[in-house]
Amino acid sequence: MKLLKLVPDNTNIGFVKLRHWAFALTALLTVLAVGATAYRGLNLGVDFVGGLMIEAKFSAPPQLDRVRSTIDRLGVGDGSLQQFGDPKTVQIRLPLPEQGGAGAANAIVEKARKAMAAEFPGVTFSRYDTVSGKVSGELIQNGVLAVMLAVIGIAIFSWFRYEWQFGVSTFVAIMHDVLMTLGFFAITQLEFDLNIVAAVLTIVGYSINDKMVIDDRIRENMRKYRKMDMKSLIDLSVNETLPRTVMTSVTIMLALGALLLFGGHVLRGFTAAMMLGIVVGTYSSVYVSSSLLITLGLSPQIAERKASKTSIADRAERMGPRDDGARP
Amino acid sequence: MLNFSRWAIAAILLPLVIGILCAVPSFLPDTTVERLPHFMQTRVNLGLDLSGGSHLLLEASTQDVAKQRLANMEEQVRTELRRGDPRIAIGDISSRDGKLSFMVRDPSQVDAAVERIRPLTQGAGLTGQRDFNVEVVNSSTVVITPTSAGIDNAVKGAMEVATEVIRKRIDEMGTREPTIQQQGDNRIVVQVPGLQNPKALKDLLGQTAKLEFKLVDTTASPAEVAQGRAPVGSEVLPYPTNPSGVPMIAVKRQVMVSGEDLTDATQGYDQNNQAIVNIRFNGSGGRKFGQVTSQNVNRPFAIILDGRVLSAPNINEPILGGSAQISGSFTVESANQLAIALRSGKLPVALTVVEERTVGPQLGADSIRAGLLASIIAVVAVAVFMFVSYGRFGMYANLAVAINVLVILGVMGMLGATLTLPGIAGFVLTIGTAVDANVLIYERIREERRRGRGVVQAIEFGYKEASRTIFEANVTHAIAGGIMLALGSGPVKGFAIVLLIGIATSVFTAVTFTRLLASRWLRAKRPTEIHI
Repeated sequence: MKLLKLVPDNTNIGFVKLRHWAFALTALLTVLAVGATAYRGLNLGVDFVGGLMIEAKFSAPPQLDRVRSTIDRLGVGDGSLQQFGDPKTVQIRLPLPEQGGAGAANAIVEKARKAMAAEFPGVTFSRYDTVSGKVSGELIQNGVLAVMLAVIGIAIFSWFRYEWQFGVSTFVAIMHDVLMTLGFFAITQLEFDLNIVAAVLTIVGYSINDKMVIDDRIRENMRKYRKMDMKSLIDLSVNETLPRTVMTSVTIMLALGALLLFGGHVLRGFTAAMMLGIVVGTYSSVYVSSSLLITLGLSPQIAERKASKTSIADRAERMGPRDDGARP
Repeated sequence: MLNFSRWAIAAILLPLVIGILCAVPSFLPDTTVERLPHFMQTRVNLGLDLSGGSHLLLEASTQDVAKQRLANMEEQVRTELRRGDPRIAIGDISSRDGKLSFMVRDPSQVDAAVERIRPLTQGAGLTGQRDFNVEVVNSSTVVITPTSAGIDNAVKGAMEVATEVIRKRIDEMGTREPTIQQQGDNRIVVQVPGLQNPKALKDLLGQTAKLEFKLVDTTASPAEVAQGRAPVGSEVLPYPTNPSGVPMIAVKRQVMVSGEDLTDATQGYDQNNQAIVNIRFNGSGGRKFGQVTSQNVNRPFAIILDGRVLSAPNINEPILGGSAQISGSFTVESANQLAIALRSGKLPVALTVVEERTVGPQLGADSIRAGLLASIIAVVAVAVFMFVSYGRFGMYANLAVAINVLVILGVMGMLGATLTLPGIAGFVLTIGTAVDANVLIYERIREERRRGRGVVQAIEFGYKEASRTIFEANVTHAIAGGIMLALGSGPVKGFAIVLLIGIATSVFTAVTFTRLLASRWLRAKRPTEIHI
């Protein structure tokens, strides 16, 4: 049986050559993402702004205008509607009454339930969330703190494990991934809720996974080929790990694709964020973190100094002759 | 590296077998699992987003607790100084800015007053601090300030009682497997799976259930009451169902009998088939109630719940014997709720719902089905892809993934962890990343083969070199997961649990287990060429 090989053997793509163009593109996209986030803002869910979210399931696709007027007639404040998942499901968001707490929120849900049932027979509220302003503030705080701590924790880990350049480049690359994801949500105006924070953290986790694999190979090659200049060394490392990068991205995309198509509407935003994150994370491994290593002045000589601390036997094993391309 | 001793093989297989066995109960129907011995009931709990149900986050106002304590202190001070012997005359009692202050009329008695108040304070904290500071200002004014340790203690105590009261109330409702936990300093999380209508639950939890019986002040003029003014010694309380039309009524401040003297409360019907609540007092409560009603025949008294008058019936004859009934505009349901609230005792502090998430059972079931379908398709797609890419070795990886999925379920069952919808996403992602370890190894083996290494050496080298990378990549991934678990709430936590367990088990199955399979095959076949 002939096995599938997505990436041919011994590729020699000049990734590093393009890095200035890539830097420019990356900078532009990042500015766009930050700008979009600042200008359009995120469509924050009730988790983060507080309020009442009702997911109503109709027996037949309803006219949104009629739903809107039904809600408006309740006189409970400005509502917003959104088709959610299939055409029969509509998400209704309402502000929480400033006073009265739980009882008042209850009353609104009951009022809405009655009005909707009268207007659209067979409608059910399949889910509803009420989050007070105080709790939503804490949720934002915890979410931001979690993402920041994860990025910083990982950067510190790679700094201690390798040279400081790896820590810095990883940090920059992951920040890039996070900003891109935020930009994506600002542009698409997909709802940004607690699930998406989990998605962002997972993107951070995946992206770091990817960078570790390439960084590890760079380190290994730095010890092997002391005389090689950094650019060709990084090209070599990226090319060597390219089959793995492609294979892994494809498998994860397969898994996420299944989740996007069949996983139900509740997880759709989550999955979309993850898919984008995989693309962005893979890109930033090559063009942000690895390319940045050159800019930060990493060279095999630095690695040598550090490597000399390890045992001689350990080093010797990695100094075999280069026999690339030799066929068994 | 590729040689495994008999012991090593056993050590690899044993945890996997245990993990898989622990996953089995999750697939069995409830009735079968109940018959298993306890240590085998390792099931994965379904989160509310999958099972349907309600999640409520209740918050107690700490200010409320502090205010109440100050009011109690004021009452104690009054009793001690005015009624005690010798009597100490005080005036200008005020509780402003969270402090209680009063003036002692005779300056020579100030020290004596302080002497008598001190014993009312209690120790708080570890350093010999008291819960109130008592000091004299301007030689005749005594100021009593609650200490922060005292307030913390009071809040802690109130929360403990509140958690217990809520547990009792929910248990009385007869819902199954509720989770009631204190969170942080002043919050309680209540999760009730399978609850269709959380409104009843919220109403029940919102009630402080402070029940009082007071005499109605019939001397108050209706016009003044309507403006909220009451004669001295009385107060105006809301009375929404007042037959006179004014939603207020004046009642005497003095409490005839309070809810503390209750021994039982049940829902019943009166002669008109209206829902009522029957209550029974203990001995002293019954005597007090009998005494007051004997002295006030033909006058009305008010039944007050949480500061609102429920009804104000006339006393037609002395109510002796210690039982009475509360009527008002009850439905059977609301009468039953009040009975439950009264039976389980009063909440020491009012709780408000600050977060609520309710998922209908239909959506929960849909989510499970969708999640299951997505997981199966993901597994099949990834498995096919791995097989066409790596052949025999791809199948090893697939076997590892299949075992991994079961072991994750098993570990979650052992830990009693909860599977949520984001958790299912975590599962699917784990499937994707678990094969990453195998991809790393196999790509490395391919590389080593290209460099001219022999079959055995290439495999050995592939595992060895890739293991380091896999370890590093997973440590960093675990850092992200750990932070999610520590800081995350709700969905983030559910996702992080699966992710962390998945990282731990996938390294084991993807690296160690597939290495075992590969080495068995190598020893049995001794191939000179491999297809990878």
